Amino acid sequence: MSLASTDSPAMGRHLPDRLKSPLQRFLVSWELLLLGVAVAVFILNSFASPYFLDPWNLSDATFNFTEKAMIAFAMALLIISGEIDLSVASIIALASTAMGFAVQMGADTPVLVLIGLFVGLACGAFNGALVTGIGLPSIVVTIGTMSLFRGISYIVLGDKAYTGYPSSFAFFGQGYVWWVISFEFVLFALLAVVFAVILHRTNFGRAVYVVGNNPVGALFSGIRVPRVKFALFLLTGLMSGVAAICLTSRLGATRPSIAFGWELEVVTMVVLGGVNILGGSGSIPGVVIAAFVMGMVTFGFGLLNVPGIVMSIFIGLLLIAVIALPRVVRQLMAKRKA
Amino acid sequence: MIRTLLKSRETVLGAAILVLILAIASRFPAFVTPSNLANVFNDTAPLIILALGQMVVILTRCIDLSVAANLALTGMVVAMLNTVMPGLPVPVILVIAVCLGALMGLLNGLLVWKLDIPPIVVTLGTMTIYRGIIFLISGGEWINAHEMSDTFKAFPREVVLGLPLLSWVAIFVVTGFAVLIGRTPLGRAFFAVGGNPHAAVYTGINVGLTQCAAYVLSGALAGLTGYLWVARYAVAYVDIAAGFELEVVAACVIGGISIAGGIGSVGGALLGALFLGIVKNALPVINISPFWQLAISGSAIIIAVAFNATSNRTRGRVILKKAEHAS
Repeated sequence: MSLASTDSPAMGRHLPDRLKSPLQRFLVSWELLLLGVAVAVFILNSFASPYFLDPWNLSDATFNFTEKAMIAFAMALLIISGEIDLSVASIIALASTAMGFAVQMGADTPVLVLIGLFVGLACGAFNGALVTGIGLPSIVVTIGTMSLFRGISYIVLGDKAYTGYPSSFAFFGQGYVWWVISFEFVLFALLAVVFAVILHRTNFGRAVYVVGNNPVGALFSGIRVPRVKFALFLLTGLMSGVAAICLTSRLGATRPSIAFGWELEVVTMVVLGGVNILGGSGSIPGVVIAAFVMGMVTFGFGLLNVPGIVMSIFIGLLLIAVIALPRVVRQLMAKRKA
Repeated sequence: MIRTLLKSRETVLGAAILVLILAIASRFPAFVTPSNLANVFNDTAPLIILALGQMVVILTRCIDLSVAANLALTGMVVAMLNTVMPGLPVPVILVIAVCLGALMGLLNGLLVWKLDIPPIVVTLGTMTIYRGIIFLISGGEWINAHEMSDTFKAFPREVVLGLPLLSWVAIFVVTGFAVLIGRTPLGRAFFAVGGNPHAAVYTGINVGLTQCAAYVLSGALAGLTGYLWVARYAVAYVDIAAGFELEVVAACVIGGISIAGGIGSVGGALLGALFLGIVKNALPVINISPFWQLAISGSAIIIAVAFNATSNRTRGRVILKKAEHAS
């Protein structure tokens, strides 16, 4: 069993006698490389379009990634623990549909928020129960629930749309806290800090890494592996609910095709942020920088009138390139040594 | 013999399909007329072809999410080729479609094999890339029926021995795969690689090469389906078969192909695809809005995978159940 879990040579770990100093580690870290990319993208963009450096434009640009990044934080923890949730975009659709339905029933903003969060949690609990309760592979389960959740939205809505959200509800997606700083951006920053603390400073965060690196070892060292994973599915569902509130509020309408294809972008963001797709390693600062990179690239392309689908080619290439790059380098290094 | 037959997933699924058909027939006898069933089969043919390709990929512990994008890109390329050179004979177009599809599969396979990138990441990436390339080459334009030549459009609809050629292609692919999986070293290698990659290495099987071969097969079939799809519906645009990859994976999962690799059969994939095809075609007949289809196939995936997991669990002694699942 232990043999089977170390499938690829990349999984084999060499533990050095002593760790390098934090500064040395930072200098060769993925996060620094990514930060360089972010700065380069920023500079290139400001040369490419005269409209890029306008504060309001930059503020608008943050909407490209804040909602996705909120999910990406939770997804990062989930992927580090060795699972994945491909149903996040469908959870947004279902939560948004539930909120739209409640609006038709005459619900007000606080109720809508509660409904959004609750539907997110319930969907996460459903995924988590199937994965940890019955022991099904998360990738299949969430491919299934991806169809199921969005399918329910389609059943409820068909080709119609819900509109007529109360004006106080618009604050979550369209409100500004101070000058150009939007509510969503503040929420994004707060959540980034919260998730960074959870992952890097708490026992639970440590457990997430352990579960991802060696589930059997984690079990034997007294970590309740299924419970940790269930909690992470709940968290991912909850964050999808939060993103659903922001997105619905920003769009002011619900269609069943809302947030279509976001699961791919969220996973790309997480992987671009240096999280190992096989689990076991990754950091929240990396995901934060990746969110900025993707948001700036999308926005810059948008200013240059590049169509959305061409941007998706770029994101696809980015996804493969970031994972391939370290592997190619490692293979070249191994060849040079031999 | 009979007992193993009763226990096999194919029998259970076959019985489920039979019950489904009978239930529909009790209310709507028109659904079970031979001509309508032939229609349903013909309608499901693309799904069957793709499910078989997906099956060999899943057998080797990989997954191919790029099939629908591959299909759409190949379809667009052959359709554009047809508008430029209307005289190109259908066999040549078929060869081009299969080769182009195989090439895209090869790219997936090489990334998985040589760079050791997780299959789901590779194919999620190539899925968007292939889909984007369609936009680049077509400029977002549609290619409509009147721009395609008649011979190009006629091939999948040509009726031979009572069935359209599209159905015959599916039957041919099913038989071919039955032989490939059951009677050739490559077929055995697919199972060996998925069942136990380490043991496969010791028996002299090149794991990466086998996975790459599975991707090439899946890609080739996607390419073939790409031409058939575009020719049958007589239209090509960026979004054809969008989201179809999930239906293909669903057909495999419902057909009892274990996502963990190494378990599956041609019959299972065929029945899984037929199950989805029948549901899809029955919905309008029994007056249920087609909007239900997504939720139904999602539930079917979940039920099927839960069913597979419980039927697999009885095997062997389970000492540390949770730890085993966790790893």
